[in-house]
Amino acid sequence: MLEAIAWIGSAFIIAAVGLSIAGAVGVLRFPDVYTRIHAASITDTGAASLMTLGMLLMAGLSPAAIKLCIVWLFIMLTSPAAAHALAGAAFGSGHRPILGDPRRPSEDET
Amino acid sequence: MTRLLAAPEAELVFAALLLTLLAGLVLALLAARSVLTCILLMSVFSLTMALWLMVMDAPDVAFTEASVGAGVSTMILLGAALSSTDVIPSVRPGRFWFPAVACLAAFIGMALALSDLPVFGDPGSPPSSYVGRLYLEHTPHDIGAPNVVTAVLASYRGFDTLGETSVILAAGVGVLLLLGGSLNSRDPVSEDVSLRISAGSPVLSVAARLLIPIICLYAFYVLAHGEFGAGGGFQAGVILAAALILHALVFGVRETMRALPVGVVRSCAALGVLGYASIGFIAILHGGRFLDYDALLSPVFEAGLPSSHLAGGHHHWGQRLGILGIETGVMLAVASTMTAIFYAFAGRVSRSDEAGAA
Repeated sequence: MLEAIAWIGSAFIIAAVGLSIAGAVGVLRFPDVYTRIHAASITDTGAASLMTLGMLLMAGLSPAAIKLCIVWLFIMLTSPAAAHALAGAAFGSGHRPILGDPRRPSEDET
Repeated sequence: MTRLLAAPEAELVFAALLLTLLAGLVLALLAARSVLTCILLMSVFSLTMALWLMVMDAPDVAFTEASVGAGVSTMILLGAALSSTDVIPSVRPGRFWFPAVACLAAFIGMALALSDLPVFGDPGSPPSSYVGRLYLEHTPHDIGAPNVVTAVLASYRGFDTLGETSVILAAGVGVLLLLGGSLNSRDPVSEDVSLRISAGSPVLSVAARLLIPIICLYAFYVLAHGEFGAGGGFQAGVILAAALILHALVFGVRETMRALPVGVVRSCAALGVLGYASIGFIAILHGGRFLDYDALLSPVFEAGLPSSHLAGGHHHWGQRLGILGIETGVMLAVASTMTAIFYAFAGRVSRSDEAGAA
């Protein structure tokens, strides 16, 4: 039983790794600041949550589980706020999102 | 302390990956032509270094590296970069040779010295065989602290740590003198736009209001927990300074200076070192030696405390009081020095804004 739960935890962690790789590819490949922030914040929240869930299942009922929950709460509080601050700073310093089809650059794009 | 990784093979692969990443980061730093890129790369370097130290089973050092290197010093460097140009000028070819030869000579010297170092984890190496073993054997009897690192840092070598704390204060004073330390809390500080992120955003102010008390609480937990696990005054001080810097970033430096005036911060930096040293003098006044915590409490009083080691228990109350006292002094000195340096950079930015606006 415990073995099976640990395996499910590993599956969650592998899913988190996949999401992290997707986020990293997104940061490198997406066209403008805002879509890149979107990709990075998926890694920050989604992948981190899946990873915490996986580690929770592997830790079982222990003091480590409580610490993991606190870490998860901290991440869920800070990462979206940091992404928000980043997007706000980008908008404040004059970056405008690319609108429309990015493969056909219009006159909006600088 | 449990091992981070289970299998030695996995640990070897992980260590190789981390070291490759560190080397790659150094090369990227050399190639970077922008100050901001360099600062961010150095932050990543510190974080990777902290992971590497964790793999090496040195959680105390890893904690310090993560909080100082990746956290506060990045913020201070960013503050410094704001009052400078972003592009690093390229070096002229004629000036290239002497530094290159000097670096190469130093590298060859270190590579030659490497063969004399003991293998990692060698039980027969000089540090593990005499002094280190002595500390490990005597700490439960002498100090009673579960974390031997803290016992060595705060009690056996308390005098060295007093020196380190004084060095931090001296470094802070040096930075303040260089930056023009005349800025006091009565000077008008303009609403700095550069160091403040997304002015007036409700999301950030709610997040900061929630986080700042928790971060402060965590700093005190790290301070009190240093005797039992990784942590202590240095890390706690840096975490406390991080909370203040977060406040300054979200609400503006002026608000932070109103809550915690520059004069108070500077006095606290000196008070921390003074408190540390006075614990040493209290021990002398009680008939012990400098920083001899066993002399802090009178034996009759200490034997009356619950499960004291003088009455056959396991609590060394004098040592615990002394360690907590000097760690508090270290925390106060570190947090105040970091905050004072941050204030100095932030005040510099806002003063140049004021000059630009006038």
